[in-house]
Amino acid sequence: MKFDITLVMPELGQLAIILALFLQSLAKPRTGESVAAMAANTRWVPLAAAAGLVLAALSLEASGSLFWEVYQIDGLSQFFKFAVALGFAIAVLNASTQPTLAPDQRADYLMLLSLSALGLMLLASAVELITIYLALEISSYSLYALIPLRGKDPRAAEAGIKYILFGAAATALALFGLAFILAGQHSSFLAVLTGKTWSWAGSPLGLVGLTLFMGGFFYKLALFPFHFWAPDVYDGASNETAAYAATLPKLGAVVILIRLAAMLKPGLQVTTVLAVLGAASMTFGNLAALTQQDIKRMLGYSSVAHAGYIMVGLVAVSAGGLAAAGFYSLVYVLMNLTCFWVICRLSGDGRNLKLNDLNGLYRQDPWLAFVLAVAALSLVGLPPTAGFMGKLFLLSAAWNRGYDWLVIVAAVNTAISIYYYLNLIRHAYTVEAEGGSAVIRAGGSFWGGVLAALLLVLGALPAPVFKWAEAAGKQLMP
Amino acid sequence: MIQSTWPTLTILVFFPVAACLVLPFIKGDRTVRVFAFAVGVVELLCALPLFGFDLSFSGYQFEEKAEWVRSWGLTYHLGMDGISLLMVLLTVLLLPLCVLCSWSYISKRVKEFHISLMLMTSACVGVFVALDFVLFYIFWEAMLVPMFLLIAVWGGPERRYASLKFFLYTLAGSTLLLVAMVAFYIAGGTFSIPELSAKTYPFGFQCWAFLAMAIAFAIKVPMFPFHTWLPAAHVEAPTAGSVMLASVLLKMGAYGFLRFCLPLTPEASVAFAPMMIAISVASILYGGFVALGQRDMKKLIAYSSVAHMGFVTLGIFLFSLRGLEGALMVMLNHGITTGGLFMLVGCIYERSHSREIAENLGLGKYLPAYMGFFGLFALSSLGFPGTNSFVGEILVLIGVFAEKPWVGAVVIPGVLLGAAYMLRLGQKLAWGEPSRAKAWTDLNAREWLYFAPLAVLVVYIGLAPGLTLRAIDPTLTRVLGEIRARSEAVASAPGNRPMPDLMPKTIAARTEADPTAGLPR
Repeated sequence: MKFDITLVMPELGQLAIILALFLQSLAKPRTGESVAAMAANTRWVPLAAAAGLVLAALSLEASGSLFWEVYQIDGLSQFFKFAVALGFAIAVLNASTQPTLAPDQRADYLMLLSLSALGLMLLASAVELITIYLALEISSYSLYALIPLRGKDPRAAEAGIKYILFGAAATALALFGLAFILAGQHSSFLAVLTGKTWSWAGSPLGLVGLTLFMGGFFYKLALFPFHFWAPDVYDGASNETAAYAATLPKLGAVVILIRLAAMLKPGLQVTTVLAVLGAASMTFGNLAALTQQDIKRMLGYSSVAHAGYIMVGLVAVSAGGLAAAGFYSLVYVLMNLTCFWVICRLSGDGRNLKLNDLNGLYRQDPWLAFVLAVAALSLVGLPPTAGFMGKLFLLSAAWNRGYDWLVIVAAVNTAISIYYYLNLIRHAYTVEAEGGSAVIRAGGSFWGGVLAALLLVLGALPAPVFKWAEAAGKQLMP
Repeated sequence: MIQSTWPTLTILVFFPVAACLVLPFIKGDRTVRVFAFAVGVVELLCALPLFGFDLSFSGYQFEEKAEWVRSWGLTYHLGMDGISLLMVLLTVLLLPLCVLCSWSYISKRVKEFHISLMLMTSACVGVFVALDFVLFYIFWEAMLVPMFLLIAVWGGPERRYASLKFFLYTLAGSTLLLVAMVAFYIAGGTFSIPELSAKTYPFGFQCWAFLAMAIAFAIKVPMFPFHTWLPAAHVEAPTAGSVMLASVLLKMGAYGFLRFCLPLTPEASVAFAPMMIAISVASILYGGFVALGQRDMKKLIAYSSVAHMGFVTLGIFLFSLRGLEGALMVMLNHGITTGGLFMLVGCIYERSHSREIAENLGLGKYLPAYMGFFGLFALSSLGFPGTNSFVGEILVLIGVFAEKPWVGAVVIPGVLLGAAYMLRLGQKLAWGEPSRAKAWTDLNAREWLYFAPLAVLVVYIGLAPGLTLRAIDPTLTRVLGEIRARSEAVASAPGNRPMPDLMPKTIAARTEADPTAGLPR
């Protein structure tokens, strides 16, 4: 095996961050410095994450194969590594100071966060079922530990238990499915599996296995009916943790689902199942979100709906569809992180925000209100934001691939979802605050503005980024 | 094709956006207003190159094209034909007038108000000049948010209900438009509107696409069963919002029918024409009847808009040159007249703080200039000969009587209703008793400034519609020709005998002598 170190630069960068954080959390303080102050000094992490982002951007064109073909560097993996690095940089910037985390836990917290992101990067390149499983576990385990880290809040402990129980069940299911695939198709390499038949008549055992295996990733994606954890976990976890848990793990799930979907053809039973799950997910997510008062719960249900939208690209099973799904998941991460950015800035004491807490935001901080408005409109999919472009690509890709009804369901869902996203804007802009208003933490307007600008620029000029997603899609399905 | 090196249309679309970027740094409400007015005037000056529009050329002019997203065939493609020319001119004319009419009406969050207004203008101009389906859709949706804010922030007591209803209704329609757009992209392989128009599609596909688009546009117009958001939005919106809504936004729906439904789905348009005509007639009659019973001035004018827009869609779905000319003229004239009427209501609201007719009686004696303008716009609204609306309505009526006389007979009461509700309103306002208006001041110079241009247009287009008609005729002839060439169903339709060839220049004079002009009005 030839090992080319330049191929795995993003992963190595991430590993370096983890090691540094690990050492920092162990190191003895210098004289005159308390342990807490030492561990709390994590201002360098966002910078390091930014450097990691540059590394990921530089290695976008890399391609090759490592570790006896189980680890593949191709357009898709590099695109997703870039997306993970981008999301990680934002999430770290967001989480570096959080009110509900004791300063001496910061280094540990960020280390777990980086470890989870590393798992997602590995997931992007894994092309063999057992490797996929291992990468998935790396990213999940650190998250299990992260969720309950919210001061002494009992809700966080509850959320942590929910997340780990659901997660364990889903992973067990995935492992079970893996065994079925091995038994039915006699290989765990995706490259070999692509050539097999995946119909009920051709290989029932393999199909059952594939369905179960996908279930594990549906859980990560919070796709209906694997979504029950999402609102509760977002609700219980601290705002900053929820921002991470709601966004980046989805990238890992999407990249694997894209690889798995590339093995399928439209019209297969399993593709239809995906389409039905997608439709159910977006409809259920949007309807449930309509009545939410807690913003994080609302975003939780909205993420269920968005998982459904991503399915639209997957069932198209074409280069364009996979590219659209990849692009949309990147945009999803961006717009959700932007939304969470505002929430974290507003919740100065780390409590959960209700819709009413947004009242009068416009008066207090017009800039943050604008950032929130851009994020909300992007989540709806209104032009000229990136969310619109993503949705347009998704719908265009799925039309005429046998799932026209799914496109119409997605369009109708957009109309439903406008109500609750618009509620964010309505509360921020048109309702005046009555007495107790949200405590705004200083700073953050600048980076919020950058995020909003990113969403607008990606909406106006999606071509440079979409180009990468498309190249990735073409590699998978020439 | 005329390729200009000076990007007139880009400047028209993006100049207000650029101004919005400057606006947050300006201090003081008064300065903001002056600046916004200046922006409006400059925008108007930016429209001057449009007078180089070649009246004899039927294709797209002032075209600009640049690659946008290559792999999806998206282009940044702007262009203008006769249909868009009138709408763009109307839009840019209204921006400075809207700033003026909000001068004292809007007192809170002045800066944000003007930002919304300018973004609206940008998006509206964009809708009328975009030649790429996606670009069109982007502008179409981009206008929703500023309008929502105009109603939700500066609106009346029921603003929450009205703004949400407006947003949800319009967005529900637009999502169907999005689906149609995607379907056309797959069927036609491009998002370019001129290229899509040149292709033919199977009839079944056309029917679905037509219905999806028609619902989106019918909500925007609004046509009869989808009109309920309009009175709510109008009543709650501030004056400038109502003006933009009535004069420009409603036109987008009709513009959509002309730009998308007729060229892209000609056969389906013909197949569904009876339905569309029936709904149009229903809009005319229903709007008129409901307007007759209103006590709120804004609501009355809102329902009269439903009736007027019924004439537009009626004219469009006749598939005759006279009908299309009439439809476009009604679009333009309704923009001028109803815009003026809404400004008048806003103007009196600042004095009486009520929009109820009963609170604003007997203005004739105390506010003669105000009442004079009101009389003029009211006469125009009911289609009095010599005013602009007459030209549009008579053309639609000529079209309708030539094609489907019995439909014409049903529409005539609608015209009568127009006279009834407008005269009732005018009479009460001018001579009603008891009057509270003793201490109210008549129009000031600023108010004169924004009524005068509209009044001039009312009379000018009313007496000399020739130039306007010459601007739209080549385009409409081309649109009609394309439909006829592509759809045999249209060519063989019984109503399609050659039209009496009225020279556009003399049309006003000739129609005065036309027997149909003598019908009760």
